[in-house]
Amino acid sequence: MLVSNLELVPGRRIVAHYGIVQGSTVRAKHVGKDIFAGLKNIVGGELKGYTELMQEARQEAVERMIAEAQSMGANAILNVRFATTSIAAGAAEILAYGSAVQLDGS
Amino acid sequence: MLDLIEFGLFVTLLIVGFFAGTIVEKRHYASIRKREREYADVLAFAVRFPPDRVTPQRAFLVHGTVVISSDYFKTFVAGLRNLFGGRLRTYETLMERARREALLRLKHDARRQGAKLVVCVRFETTTISTGYAASIEVFAFGTALIPERTADSKEERDAALAFAARSVPA
Repeated sequence: MLVSNLELVPGRRIVAHYGIVQGSTVRAKHVGKDIFAGLKNIVGGELKGYTELMQEARQEAVERMIAEAQSMGANAILNVRFATTSIAAGAAEILAYGSAVQLDGS
Repeated sequence: MLDLIEFGLFVTLLIVGFFAGTIVEKRHYASIRKREREYADVLAFAVRFPPDRVTPQRAFLVHGTVVISSDYFKTFVAGLRNLFGGRLRTYETLMERARREALLRLKHDARRQGAKLVVCVRFETTTISTGYAASIEVFAFGTALIPERTADSKEERDAALAFAARSVPA
């Protein structure tokens, strides 16, 4: 599965459009990490726990999006975008979406 | 008495925040500058279309993310500044550090997978929390391109640079 935020892939032709595909996940912060982050807020700097959390969440959103595209029979997702919305204090939704297409060749 | 303890704690946090925060920021900037030189050969552009649309290339998504927190002193100064408005310099450096860090991680991701060119780079900023635990996330993503034929990397770079130069509005 080719995943890209370009609108075209160099040297490849789009032969079919399947429409929009999306994947999302809602995540909450871990209490332990939150306490540590609270301490870290005094001195500043990177909150590694949160960086990992966001990374995992995006990974999951992308995987779900890919699964949807696969079920449609697409071999690529183009023009991928991300959106993040905070639902409540400490909980956020991470969304990945794009256009499922069929590219010719390999 | 209790008020005095509370005030003492506040001042202590402010002092700790100021010194520790300054050290953390200086170190981070030093690390950013060092890595920016290391990753100078990985080119990242915000252009919407790849410089070469004809030659078959391997394309895939690369990304970099960082969650960064303000320190106690920065947050306090920003709070004061909020009364009168104007530039929040303490937060400007925070945002700048986060963006440069995210871009560096994106370049790291690209190089790790053998790419030297990333196009269509986009930034997303999310507020993780506000108030006295102010922290933000910067997420950078783009499409890495690897030519499928064996290409002279210098040629590729020159072509990309020339393209970037042409793309700058006069």
